[in-house]
Amino acid sequence: MTLPTAFQDWFARQGWQPHPHQIALLKAQGDSLLIAPTGGGKTLAGFLPSLVDLRDPPGGLHTLYVSPLKALTADIARNLARPVADLGLDLRIEDRTGDTRPGQRARQRVDPPDILLTTPESLALMLSYEQAPRIFGSLRRVVLDELHALAESKRGDQLMLCLARLRSLAPGVQVTGLSATVEDPGALARFMGGADIIHADPGPDPDIAMLATTQSAPWAGGGGHYAIPEVLDQIRQARTTIVFINTRAQAELFFQALWAANDENLPIGLHHGSLSREARQKVETAMAAGQLRAVVATGSLDLGIDWGAVDLVIQIGAPKNVKRLVQRIGRANHRYNAPSCARIVPANRFEVIECVAALQAVRERDLDGDPRGPGPLDVLCQHILLTACAGPFDADDLFRELREAGPYRDLTRADFDACLDFAATGGYALRAYDRWQRLMLRDGLWRLRDPRAARDLRMNIGTIVEAEMLKVRMRGRGGAPLGEVEESFAATLQPGDTFLIGGQTVRYEGLRELVVEVTKQPTKQPRIAVFSGLKLATSTQLSHRVQALIGDPSRHALLPGETRDWLALQARVSALPRDGVLLSESFPHQGRWHFALYGFAGRNALQTLGLLMTRVMEQAGLGPLGFLSTDYALLIWSMDPVRDPAALLNRDALREGLGDWLAGNAVMKRSFRTIATIAGLIQRNLPGQRKTGRQATFSSDILYDTLRRYDPDHLLLRITASEARRGLVDFDRIEDMLRHSPHHDHRMLDRVSPLAAPLLLEVGRVPIAGQGRERLAEEEAAALMAEAGLT
Amino acid sequence: MSGYEFDFDGQRLQARASGALYWPARRWLVVADLHLGKSERMARRGGPLLPPYEVQATLDRLQSEIAATDPACVISLGDGFDDDLALTALPDALCAQLHDMARGRVWHWITGNHDPVPLRVGRLPGSGLAELRDGLLFRHEAGQGPDVSGHYHPCIRLAGQRRRAFLIGRDHLILPAFGAYTGGLIADDPALTRLIPIGLAVACGDRAIPLPLPVSGAVRGRRA
Repeated sequence: MTLPTAFQDWFARQGWQPHPHQIALLKAQGDSLLIAPTGGGKTLAGFLPSLVDLRDPPGGLHTLYVSPLKALTADIARNLARPVADLGLDLRIEDRTGDTRPGQRARQRVDPPDILLTTPESLALMLSYEQAPRIFGSLRRVVLDELHALAESKRGDQLMLCLARLRSLAPGVQVTGLSATVEDPGALARFMGGADIIHADPGPDPDIAMLATTQSAPWAGGGGHYAIPEVLDQIRQARTTIVFINTRAQAELFFQALWAANDENLPIGLHHGSLSREARQKVETAMAAGQLRAVVATGSLDLGIDWGAVDLVIQIGAPKNVKRLVQRIGRANHRYNAPSCARIVPANRFEVIECVAALQAVRERDLDGDPRGPGPLDVLCQHILLTACAGPFDADDLFRELREAGPYRDLTRADFDACLDFAATGGYALRAYDRWQRLMLRDGLWRLRDPRAARDLRMNIGTIVEAEMLKVRMRGRGGAPLGEVEESFAATLQPGDTFLIGGQTVRYEGLRELVVEVTKQPTKQPRIAVFSGLKLATSTQLSHRVQALIGDPSRHALLPGETRDWLALQARVSALPRDGVLLSESFPHQGRWHFALYGFAGRNALQTLGLLMTRVMEQAGLGPLGFLSTDYALLIWSMDPVRDPAALLNRDALREGLGDWLAGNAVMKRSFRTIATIAGLIQRNLPGQRKTGRQATFSSDILYDTLRRYDPDHLLLRITASEARRGLVDFDRIEDMLRHSPHHDHRMLDRVSPLAAPLLLEVGRVPIAGQGRERLAEEEAAALMAEAGLT
Repeated sequence: MSGYEFDFDGQRLQARASGALYWPARRWLVVADLHLGKSERMARRGGPLLPPYEVQATLDRLQSEIAATDPACVISLGDGFDDDLALTALPDALCAQLHDMARGRVWHWITGNHDPVPLRVGRLPGSGLAELRDGLLFRHEAGQGPDVSGHYHPCIRLAGQRRRAFLIGRDHLILPAFGAYTGGLIADDPALTRLIPIGLAVACGDRAIPLPLPVSGAVRGRRA
């Protein structure tokens, strides 16, 4: 396909020249994956072949566009309207998301538009309708936007299963993936079931450096507040700045500190996932209108609508991941051929080293990323149930179709059968539901026993399982909504407690109909804002870079003077962690022994290791009292010193401990809840459902405990255990650490070492679980009794 | 397993950490809302297929309470079964386990809103009653007090966790649900504060932990 004259003229009228990658995509015969930086005309490139095709619309749905964000579909619809009108194309372009009105949805099912813009969840829903073959039978093209982001979660796995379905319904459909820069384009192409990779010109190197500050970074902490004057200065000089911070709580605190120093009243906004949708939209609109000079944001702004005016990105705190840093830098200057400008602010001394290592990786264009595991089976269970909603199916046909999906290309028949059995009978060793199966085999085809079940199954579509969130509102009639907090956080609040939300300190007054009611508390220092969420661990590759940099004094010239001195002192009194060697230290401090292990394995893995090692230390009679983990090191304090770490780090013993420990672990229960929800064992709490006086739902923890006790080989427990190898438990990285550093170097010291000193300052010490929690509950109850005069 | 002793309606009682109530003077063990057969009822209605071990799990816990207290009388305080069919569907092995547990003891099944009225005991040990008045008044749902009841599945929040709880007021003693698959109603719900405006809650778990009711009221008083 070449670019028709009318289109060439249109480009010329805009004063544009088609990018080579736009032309390449037009010429492509099969499926393609376009890798392009932001601002590279990626979306237009994706749609161009469709628009050329649709000069003469064949009728029926022609192109399906899938994006991770609802907001993006609306934005694309607006952006496409202009070329479509200019070119005089007679097309219907509509979006279909969770926000689409029921009337519109019904009409789309009968009379689909030429181009439909949607999200993975809405696509899964549409495919679960009996009319799916008719709606999608005419499909010629599929455009998958921000594929790099979708591929990072189970939403991507679900999308790929849906894509396999689409390929069956519309043989010959041509698929285009659009992605930002990624470390392994080949893997992403395999993820979408195989595609030719087209690289756009990556553009000029970014202008990226550490932000020079008068004050040095503190020894510990993650706030980055020491750099406030310089950050304000940068905001003043730039047109529009995005300040990225890693966690919501830190974003709140930084935003507050920024405003405290903002003497000129520069318009600065705040954007993160705990804010109400209204509050976020207000900031987005103001940003798009150029009314804000800066916005302090978390990952909530990693994706989204292009704001051409952003010309500076400031990253506060360690970037943790080079690829994400590069993608964030790309948010600055969405014009193609201008370099992006970014400044990095390490939050503490250790992060100075990480920032130096990350900058080097960015310059070398050496991106990181952990390889994807095989397609998760909980998503497959959901897909099987939804397939049954669309109509009866043959198991062999379905199995063949599933293996067309990239993440499931190696799916075994045994795993498929286990998932099908789960969907049909619950998959229990005790075959209790033979009369009440969800799916029945009749005339060789699987179908829903009770067709009414389809409604519930459709309500449960999707792979995003949010923590239970509660809305926060100002007390009083029609009080303004401020945002949301996790239910577990709300449960720890007592009337009078203060916390930060939406940049203001508020006082907790009470819970009313599942809404957290607060009042303004303008002067009081807030209790730390804890919106507990996923803690992102530093990537394996960046950790290795940091370790290599520390361990090689010849490269210390790259580091600031005080960091050099710090490491030189460490080398003198103890040793530097270096490649291939696992360094650890034992030293007394404040009457207790401390054990520091420099594992460089990321905070999730080191936290797991802390839990496992303290168990082994308990058995060895060393009297462990508590531990903390950072991305680099683990610190355990105990009654007696660790003298032989190799004995405590025995891989088989750790593995064995893992199995036992996982049984009662809260992190596992949280993973299980997500898996059980996706697989359809428990229903999501839907809005409105929770208002009934009697709480009908019960905790998924009970199901987890019951299964562990009575059916330990159940499919969902198997999925939960396999997910523990990554993510929050991250056991794979412990094994990677032991492989990567086979030699032990243990130092007995008479006092804290320079490298360990910041660890002692870190907050967030984890008391050993178990009886600790029970004691906490008893203490809290006893305090309440005492205060109430009841003892 | 530790319990918490308290007085209600002139009687000394023990709230056990398991969620069962023990009356030492009579050697009576009282459990509320077993909801046996709940997972099967959900499956029958086309809902999710929950792990079908909840009857076993509930009976195992009840058995260990019986072993620990050796009661002369066991009372199920209503909603012993999730519905009529659940009783019919009770597997023979579990039915036998119930008979084992009941051997040498009196067993009363008080009728609840989920139970067939009155419970046709049939295969079960013991007898079915609408309510029982003997020293204390036992019924499924709180009425004119003082009475001992269940029905609400009360819970409280403690140290960030939701726990099943006894609620003890002047007129009412409300037991937590003993069944494995039972949700809960937080104690500050108006349905419960209406019955017990002030009193004590005893949280279940590894240990029975007492705390004042209303929880937030006591704290608000302190901070004011």
